[in-house]
Amino acid sequence: MRWLTRRSRVPAVLRLTLAVILGAVAVVGIAAPSSSGQTPSPRVPGGAVNESNPATKSPEPPGPGDPTRSFPDSPALRAQGFNLYQAGCSSCHGIALQGTPGVAPSLRGVGAGPVDFYLSTGRMPLEQPRVQPQRNTPLYNRGKIDALIAFINSFGGPPAPTADAAKGDLGLGFHLFTLDCAGCHQSLARGGITVNAQVPDLQSATPQEIAEAVRMGPYLMPHFDATQIDQHQLDSLARYILWTRQPANLGGWGLYNIGPIPEGMVAWFIGLAALVLVARLIGERMDERV
Amino acid sequence: MSPEDPKPVTRAAKLLGGLVALRAAVRALRDRTPRPPEPMPESDIDPSQRTVPANRRAETLVAGLLLVAGVFGFAFTVLYIVLSGNTQLLGIALGGALCLLAAACIVAGLLVVPQETHVEDRGVLLDEEQTEEVVTMIEEGGEGISRRVLLIGAGGVAGAGLVTAAVTPLASLGPTLNSLHRQPWVRGVRLVDDTGRPYSVDDIHEGAFYTALPEHGDPDSFGSGLLVVRLPDEFLHLPADRRAWAPEGILAYSKICPHAGCAISLYRYPTYEPTSQIPAFTCPCHYSTFLPGEGGRLIFGPAGRALPQLPLMIDSDRHLRAAGPFPGDIGPSWWGVRREPA
Repeated sequence: MRWLTRRSRVPAVLRLTLAVILGAVAVVGIAAPSSSGQTPSPRVPGGAVNESNPATKSPEPPGPGDPTRSFPDSPALRAQGFNLYQAGCSSCHGIALQGTPGVAPSLRGVGAGPVDFYLSTGRMPLEQPRVQPQRNTPLYNRGKIDALIAFINSFGGPPAPTADAAKGDLGLGFHLFTLDCAGCHQSLARGGITVNAQVPDLQSATPQEIAEAVRMGPYLMPHFDATQIDQHQLDSLARYILWTRQPANLGGWGLYNIGPIPEGMVAWFIGLAALVLVARLIGERMDERV
Repeated sequence: MSPEDPKPVTRAAKLLGGLVALRAAVRALRDRTPRPPEPMPESDIDPSQRTVPANRRAETLVAGLLLVAGVFGFAFTVLYIVLSGNTQLLGIALGGALCLLAAACIVAGLLVVPQETHVEDRGVLLDEEQTEEVVTMIEEGGEGISRRVLLIGAGGVAGAGLVTAAVTPLASLGPTLNSLHRQPWVRGVRLVDDTGRPYSVDDIHEGAFYTALPEHGDPDSFGSGLLVVRLPDEFLHLPADRRAWAPEGILAYSKICPHAGCAISLYRYPTYEPTSQIPAFTCPCHYSTFLPGEGGRLIFGPAGRALPQLPLMIDSDRHLRAAGPFPGDIGPSWWGVRREPA
């Protein structure tokens, strides 16, 4: 602790000036309003809030004639789903699926797709309502997820989309992925960041999850309707994303395909260090000559 | 780093270990007693030797090489203007000029200028007497040359050809100043997609984003690409003078980031706004982030100004049309553009 207690060599006047400046900066930083652009929501909490508290973005339906995924449904399943919903979901999404203003959106009319996506990827239930939902070990098994889908789907909503990677075209999928997805998800689907959100990698996404995500746009992702990405294009995207699990590396150390910056770092820090080491090994120090 | 693939790391560690072991072995084997310094070989060159050539044929050769080098240099400029796309021919012209210049220098150095062997002692830097000596030496370099004017002329031709060739590619740097202010958007131009189909109001859904181009316009032009989105009223906080620019909540912005000119391809739109973020465009290059609901206001990143917004209108067929040009320049901020409102 000597560094803390010994007398400073900086003149007292200078120290005092510095302390005043830093103190002023701290006061301004704490007192000034945040300029991060987070304009407060125009809604008045508790007041003029829409009773149904809908989601800001509703899922796009599959295009006319496109294949859909059907989930099992029966009165017994709905009853089981109701019980599971009461226990695991209603504290945020409300007893009657109406949502809680400022905490969670209404689930009325979302349909089967989002429920299947959020539950089978373990993104829901969330530990805290305000964090970004991330892929996790699913809390419910397939039977319980089907029960929850049957219950929530009974409130209406579009059918769940689906995708068949075997019908897709790998080249088309690559082209579309670089156009529409790679900006955030990286061209080999390794994920990344956008401002204020983390972009997931897609290495464990299934074609079903891909189709559901494209049509509904989970969290901050935009959604794509059937005129933007049709069924064949969706199948192709699914095929390409499955391919990125084992991409063809053109030789050498693939570095998990996370991009050119780690590759450059390897060249500079590992490659250059190795060259210096080899030069040191094979070189000979010159004797001093007069 | 994923745990299922530790092989490269192990391999690198093994390689490093091997190298360290090799170094230890080399060190141990090598005789480390210092060797006595070997005597410097005595120079057997007479320092005063100097021959003055008088080789007219060599001079002709040098002049010829320089002239042809000049021709190649000018040929580069001509090819650049006539067939600007052919890099093979451009490379042959420029490379030929440089090779011929080098050949002329070699021939001149060996056969034209006086040959002198000189042993130079290391002395004081920038000594005045020595500087004068160097000047005299260079002046004496012309001794024995009979066709001085021809050689200087040929050298001038080669130099002029190469300098012209070096300056010509400046024409490729960026658009001409006028085209920076040019844009394909005027009142009434329809917004079409990349297949040329005009966008209808009902094509634009909330939560999705669309790329639009001007109908019959050059899609490669800097100002062509548009981002089109639709926002509900709760996210629309446009400046008062832009209220009419977003009919039915549909907004159009330039797709070119005002920082470095990348195409903006990231759009975030919240599933449930109270627990996440408001809609925003983000440029994938340096993460400049703009709010479409507030006239393209910059909230994050290195861009120098807001994203330029294009006023829109809806025609009687419910198609989207530009209601006017962009209010300012599009593309990266430069000089005064940064200060102007976009």
